[in-house]
Amino acid sequence: MKEIDELNLPEDLNYAEDHEWVLRDGDTVKIGISDYAQDQLGDIVFVELPEVGAVFNKGDEFGTVESVKAVSELYIPISGEITGINKSLEDSPELVNTDPYKNGWMVQVKPGNPDELNELMNRNAYLEMLKGME
Amino acid sequence: MNNAIGTTGLILNEPLLWEKGKRGRCGISIPKQDVPSADIAPSLSGEGPDFPDLSEVDVVRHYTRLSQWNFGVDTGMYPLGSCTMKYNPKTNERQTQLKGFAQAHPLLPTELSQGALKLMYELEKYLAEITGMDAVSLQPAAGAHGELAGMLIIHAYHTNKGTNRSKILIPDTAHGTNPASAALCGYKSVPVKSSEQGVLSKESIEAAMDEETAGIMVTNPNTLGLFEENIIAISEIVHAKGGLVYCDGANMNAVMGIVNMGDIGVDVMHLNLHKTFSTPHGGGGPGSGPVCVKKHLEPFLPVPRIIEDNGQYVFSEDFPESIGKLHAFYGNFGVMIKCYSYIRSMGAANLKRASQLAVLNANYIKEKLKDVLHLPYDRPCMHECVFSDKHQKSDKITTLDMVKRLMDYGFHPPTIYFPLVVNGAIMIEPTETESREDIDLLIDAFKAIVEEAKTDPDKVRNAPTNCKVQRLDETAAARNPCLTG
Repeated sequence: MKEIDELNLPEDLNYAEDHEWVLRDGDTVKIGISDYAQDQLGDIVFVELPEVGAVFNKGDEFGTVESVKAVSELYIPISGEITGINKSLEDSPELVNTDPYKNGWMVQVKPGNPDELNELMNRNAYLEMLKGME
Repeated sequence: MNNAIGTTGLILNEPLLWEKGKRGRCGISIPKQDVPSADIAPSLSGEGPDFPDLSEVDVVRHYTRLSQWNFGVDTGMYPLGSCTMKYNPKTNERQTQLKGFAQAHPLLPTELSQGALKLMYELEKYLAEITGMDAVSLQPAAGAHGELAGMLIIHAYHTNKGTNRSKILIPDTAHGTNPASAALCGYKSVPVKSSEQGVLSKESIEAAMDEETAGIMVTNPNTLGLFEENIIAISEIVHAKGGLVYCDGANMNAVMGIVNMGDIGVDVMHLNLHKTFSTPHGGGGPGSGPVCVKKHLEPFLPVPRIIEDNGQYVFSEDFPESIGKLHAFYGNFGVMIKCYSYIRSMGAANLKRASQLAVLNANYIKEKLKDVLHLPYDRPCMHECVFSDKHQKSDKITTLDMVKRLMDYGFHPPTIYFPLVVNGAIMIEPTETESREDIDLLIDAFKAIVEEAKTDPDKVRNAPTNCKVQRLDETAAARNPCLTG
């Protein structure tokens, strides 16, 4: 597993306590899981995502990710409606391991409350949180 | 390590039966025909199934070789946490072969099955006494089925009171099947975090419990191998809000004859006869997961129930509030015989002693290995102890690597990556079966592996090397499962 200084944590993303990342992209955001999360989970073998149109409140479980070690819940870091899902994860769940921030994205969301985006962590705050967990 | 029991040896390969044999080879002699020939209806004739032609010795060698690739508790130590892989005494098997049991048929009239019924009736009473509960049904086929039975009983209890509750509290140290059983019954599971001591706090239950919540599913002892010491206070909080307490009794091997589950507030629980009561499992099943209840839940137990009527044992369906039938006929009867045999051959005092020794063995391992492996919760444990790979992180060696290497030393790996509250968990349950000498071998093996992680990490990363097959590609197996031959 990676040491903290080996993690890839892009500057242009926001991060949630449960290790999801959020990328602002016009009116919608894209959500996935961080390099730290995929590294901790190990090889991912299945990703279960919600239907397009589903509406969630911040903190709701929006899917599950299954690795060789365990099944983990995915918690949505902001409220909103699902406007798209990454269908390629159905056949290629390993994209979450190999490319967590680009091809391994999970859902696209139209935020219900854009203010919630400001409550998320930036790269440095997230890194500090990870250091505190060691 | 000089005295390691794992060595390399000659392991014989063996093809599939379909790849063996030769046309015309035969393992049986068909008796000489002593009736006149008759024509076979065309609808019954045609090509036979594609079976290989094999001699007796082909078949015997085939299965003997396959059995030698296997590892079971009869071969060596099997310290699989939360699975209680204790030795299965051979007398249990003998009792199941008694003619009266082996030849019994579930459709026989009860007057011709009195022995079988008496065994079941008495077994229910024994299990009630061991747990401190009032009534038992032997029907559930295994642990998770017992959990489902318990959830259905809780649901029936609330429905009977005219209330409709939607949630169940499930601690993060419960068995993984608990939320699934609750969900199967239509409940939404509400996770509850355990405290820094690894047990539930009164405060967390107070905060989570409300009038929408049907009850709590507590695994006690929990999956960290710790006894839920606040259980009485927790039960009181749940009961005060009208909820019920379910106990996952899979870890009962720590507390037989020591904890009265009824007295600590448990309303309903299940047992795993294939864990605590020494019947085979892990490929040697089937299991049995009796559900045990206090008096107020007895009307909801599955039917048919066995009742005694003037010295005769009969089945009764006359329990209108019952959750109904859960199993074809009456449950896995063969497992019940083995459990009965175990309880009768042990006796009350030795059942209690088995639990005491199981706890002693786990604590011995915990103390001996806590300076070698990281021990996240350093307090007296029950029947199992949980370590992690934290100290090996700097060597880039994981829990998976270490337990694969353990196979080279001649041990079955412990449970890994569970419970989820411990990162990189290594969960060891030795049971009372193992002697101090055998446990010392396991401890020495772990010490040697931790040393290898520093001096020869690739040896650990490439393990196992002594086994029939090397490191399996678990990822490919999970991503592209091949479920046919």
